[in-house]
Amino acid sequence: MWAVETTELTKEYRLGFWRNRRKRALEGLTLAVEEGEVFGLLGPNGAGKSTTLKLLFRLIFPTSGSGRILGRPLSDVRARARVGYLPETPSFYDHLTAQELMHYAGWLCGLDPGVRRARAQDLLEQVGLAEAAGLAIRKFSKGMVQRLGIAQALVNDPEVIFLDEPMSGLDPLGRRQVRDLILALRKRGKTVFFSTHILSDAETLCDRVAILHRGRLQGLGSLREILAGGVASNELVLEAPSPQTLEALARFTSATVRTGDQVRLELAANADASTVLGAALGAGASIVSFNPVKMSLEDYFMARLGTPSERPLAPRLGSNRTGAVEPGPAAHSARVESQRP
Amino acid sequence: MTRIAAIAVHTFKESVREKVLYNLVAFALLMIGAGIVLGSVSVGINEIALINLGLSAISVFGLLIAIFIGISLVWKEIERRTVYNVLSKPVARHEFILGKYLGLVLTLAVNAAIMTAGFYAALFYEQRRFGPADAAPLEAVYFILLQLALLVGVALLFSTLSTPVLSAVFTVGIFVIGNLLGDLRGFGDQAGNAALRALLHGLAWALPDFGAFNAISQAAHGELISRQVLWSNSLYALFYISALVSAAILVFERREFS
Repeated sequence: MWAVETTELTKEYRLGFWRNRRKRALEGLTLAVEEGEVFGLLGPNGAGKSTTLKLLFRLIFPTSGSGRILGRPLSDVRARARVGYLPETPSFYDHLTAQELMHYAGWLCGLDPGVRRARAQDLLEQVGLAEAAGLAIRKFSKGMVQRLGIAQALVNDPEVIFLDEPMSGLDPLGRRQVRDLILALRKRGKTVFFSTHILSDAETLCDRVAILHRGRLQGLGSLREILAGGVASNELVLEAPSPQTLEALARFTSATVRTGDQVRLELAANADASTVLGAALGAGASIVSFNPVKMSLEDYFMARLGTPSERPLAPRLGSNRTGAVEPGPAAHSARVESQRP
Repeated sequence: MTRIAAIAVHTFKESVREKVLYNLVAFALLMIGAGIVLGSVSVGINEIALINLGLSAISVFGLLIAIFIGISLVWKEIERRTVYNVLSKPVARHEFILGKYLGLVLTLAVNAAIMTAGFYAALFYEQRRFGPADAAPLEAVYFILLQLALLVGVALLFSTLSTPVLSAVFTVGIFVIGNLLGDLRGFGDQAGNAALRALLHGLAWALPDFGAFNAISQAAHGELISRQVLWSNSLYALFYISALVSAAILVFERREFS
């Protein structure tokens, strides 16, 4: 059984005074999330991520298509006893304290008072709000509200947890805590379905990702496959190359980074490895290494959205932070290529 | 049922934490207290004045609370997006509406109980004893409560549809017309046009008859309400409230929160 599945899920809004203008927020989304996996829904703002989550919780209704959570149709509220949801920029009742909100959330899930009390205490501790348990929510900072949102989503010990931009508004420590919490949930066999536009979070946490852009699914796959299989380009590191050697290799190079005596050449995507190596050896170069550069999620993401990658080279070298990055002729031609329709 | 109770108790808690509620209840108790002073300067009719003023205070302040809180009952949850947290739990939309309705009625009942206790304390201070006729104000309070429950139904329906300002205008409008249904029928009878007559009579039939629950002057004169009227008014209120809450549920079932 799938934890979450959608079939041709489509949402169209009718806009304007006469509701005669139509805007498609989501178009024919079909995906399935396995039980126990951490699934990331990625995309820039306005891609349709929150729309998807709202459709799954019937906060809005699909124009067409359908979905199921834990085998039950979306209209069946019983499935929600086994799931948790953190909305985007959550908002809670100002007049309640964190403890009271947790108690209320637990009551809505049908938990006994004793269980509610224990879960509230445990979860507030887990999200770092134990000391603020008795504080009115109106006095909470944005980050505290976000943490409380995560705690209330977990009150019923759900099998599937939906988190809409869970890192939003959190400081670095808070982000780390939420990241650890998601990893702990995965360890306990829970399914986590979360949306984000922060790629590093997805890279750290997700087993599989779906990429949305303008309401359409642009890519869907196992993160391991995407990151392990995809080779963006190759890099060639040379020891003290002469200007003549660099000139001979310039037509294969998209960028050059000089660090001390070593020069790292990022090769253009269409450069053939054996040809480049042959040319380097022919020019009398001293080769330090030749490595394929693995595709990052950011590369994949940019490629799917039709935007050329602007991955900086410097962080990959570690010691070459001061190294100058010089785009080669191949890089210019690649950019020109990408601008063509 | 447990989820409806959770929402009702939460709504009650939210209402009683509204500062304006305390001000209104305090002001109502002050008005009841003023009834003693007014009664002492009214020769021979001090108890009538006290009962009239006391019950009117319970009614007016109850109406203010019902309208003030009722019009934003659902709207506030949608506007502040707190409804996301509730509907993402195993809560059906009709349970949410029923819980909100019952929570506000519970608030009004508790407020009315406090004001009634204050009223009877004032009455005892005035009479130094209680007689059988003193049950009449209690019946009037029961009718006031039915009236308030009906009004909350109207406010709730508009709250699912519109903004608080428009909801307030519509709710007050329906309350005023609902108190003048006899006049509406009278205008219809006098109208020369058959279509206008049918329209006014149709409106008088369809709109809630708030005037049927006015029993304050009867209570002031110590007249008890007949069992038949008590029953028929109770059933009428129950029927009308069911219709209003069902309509609110129908609207809310179709609402999107984007």
